[in-house]
Amino acid sequence: MTNNKITIEPVTRIEGHAKITIHMKEGGGVERAYLHINEFRGFEKFCEGRLYFEMPSITPRICGICPVSHHLAAAKAGDALAGSPPPRPASLLRELMHMGQIIQSHGMHFFELAGPDLLLGFDADPAVRNVIGLIGADPELTLKAVNLRKFGQCIIQILGGRRIHPNFAVPGGVNKALKIEERDDILGGIDEAISAVQVGLKIIKEWAEKNQEDIQKFAVFPSGYMGLVSPENGLELYDGTVRLKDSAGEQLEKFDGQDYLDYISEHVESWSYLKFPYYKKMGWPAGVYRVGPLGRLNTVDKIHTPLADAELKLFKALNNGLPVENTLYYHYARLIEALYAVEQVRVLLEDQDILSTDIMNTCKDYRGEGVGVLEAPRGTLFHHYWADEDGRLKRVNLIVATGHNNWAMSKAVDSVAKAYITTSEIREGLLNRVEAAVRAHDPCLSCSTHAVGQMPIEIDVLDPDGDLRQTLRRD
Amino acid sequence: MSKPKISSDWMAGCAGCHMSLLDIDERIVTIAELADIRATPITDLKEPDAGGVDVGILEGGINNTANEEVALRMRSRCKILVALGDCAVFGGVPAMRNFFTLEESLRRAYIETESTDAEGKIPNDPELCRPTKVRGLQEVVPVDVFVPGCPPDADVIFYVLSELTQGRIPELKDNLLHWD
Repeated sequence: MTNNKITIEPVTRIEGHAKITIHMKEGGGVERAYLHINEFRGFEKFCEGRLYFEMPSITPRICGICPVSHHLAAAKAGDALAGSPPPRPASLLRELMHMGQIIQSHGMHFFELAGPDLLLGFDADPAVRNVIGLIGADPELTLKAVNLRKFGQCIIQILGGRRIHPNFAVPGGVNKALKIEERDDILGGIDEAISAVQVGLKIIKEWAEKNQEDIQKFAVFPSGYMGLVSPENGLELYDGTVRLKDSAGEQLEKFDGQDYLDYISEHVESWSYLKFPYYKKMGWPAGVYRVGPLGRLNTVDKIHTPLADAELKLFKALNNGLPVENTLYYHYARLIEALYAVEQVRVLLEDQDILSTDIMNTCKDYRGEGVGVLEAPRGTLFHHYWADEDGRLKRVNLIVATGHNNWAMSKAVDSVAKAYITTSEIREGLLNRVEAAVRAHDPCLSCSTHAVGQMPIEIDVLDPDGDLRQTLRRD
Repeated sequence: MSKPKISSDWMAGCAGCHMSLLDIDERIVTIAELADIRATPITDLKEPDAGGVDVGILEGGINNTANEEVALRMRSRCKILVALGDCAVFGGVPAMRNFFTLEESLRRAYIETESTDAEGKIPNDPELCRPTKVRGLQEVVPVDVFVPGCPPDADVIFYVLSELTQGRIPELKDNLLHWD
């Protein structure tokens, strides 16, 4: 350990645990800052030998904030592997559950995780810069935020029996139809949810107006962009074609998610447990791109619901139709997507097939291999399974949403550290901005921490009987 | 009388137990009235108060050296330690890794996966923790309260928190005790 290194750990108000190391130059200023993702669990290995239809239950345990993403991607991979495409009503119901997740995840991130920075300030006292502090500062707004998240979570619960790790999608369809009273129950909450998202949009727009200096100084850089699109290049979160654009907004590729291995590779750095995906034809690191709300809105031409499409036009105007490169606009993009998700809930619930009981395809054309792709709240998610003739998994490959943004998060951390820490004087508020560079991406790092405190600590290691095994010290 | 201090953290899990905590919805206002919420993953204090907290809550099992440090520090700084959720109670789904060697799991993830390029290698920077066998919390430190469930229901978590903050040890039985 040298003295000219600052460690921020854990990075708070993100899913999972990360740490940041800032290597300082002699006499002040930043040499380079790193984002270390400090957790390895090994799902790709330990799912080997399991049956493919167990995956919608196992893989949600990758992430408790977006379990529905893994639940549905696993079911979609299972559809392809078993050769049993779901009937239309089942796809509608899965998309409905997915919209519930987008609403709860985006809503929670904006208000409960990032909100304290925006509403209380980057420089607010860290002891109150959190959701409890928000309750004190603006109880009415906080309650709106809590209810928005609840609206999304209740959609998941109605369909899948529980809010977290639901039991709903299976290869070939879903295990439960929607009842008319359940549909009406959800419909009854839409107006309030829309108004809550609109309050958020008003907040971010006003904040952006007052904080242009931060917005223009805070991790603004070019990259490629990736996301699923509809046939008309509109925003699509459950089922679509993968579109990849370059830094000038020109389309590089449009491909079927099943063929992702022809387009995406992953790079490994020794200092992070999270891999770095890139566009294969351009190579590492030229082929890096961003995903998630900012990446998706830069990828699409339009949104298929009216209120969100009107917001998209304003968003596109920020950089005169060229890709929006400002990391802080992730927050804005996230709310536009939340607005789409609430509107899309209505579109789905008003579909004539939504109450149908034709929800399961029991015919199979067994293929033994399948890819499931969708847009998780944080970006494009790929599940790829290979099974033997009995359905036992031989191999599993996963590229998770946050992974695609690993380069962008690392770049943002380095960029913000260099822009704000220019002398040897370090304030907590500056370090919080470096953390906010990660937070803007709403990463899902699931979930580990590595403890390096400022205080010397002494730890007793106990054996299972509670007896002292050894004492660890850190000075 | 000052409010009891609560601190929490997550280890080898999925954050789902903390999300289930947020699923108490508007009752979070009640918890904020009953307790002083200190360092948690969703607040900005970095570690439990050096002067100690009344209740420490840990989600997730222990699958690396960093988690060991978090568990040991929380134990040394809290009066009552709660193992929240199946992973903390017995290892949960991530403990499936114990059926393989660490070398096999790491090779699969960073070298053999079909999307990893030819330069794949196992991350080993000194800044990173080292993976270990996956264990429940009580295999590393003594635990006072076990709350199983994947995740435990919001109602269960609310009951546990309101009991603890009012100086009682929660007793989980009947509908409050389940493992799924």
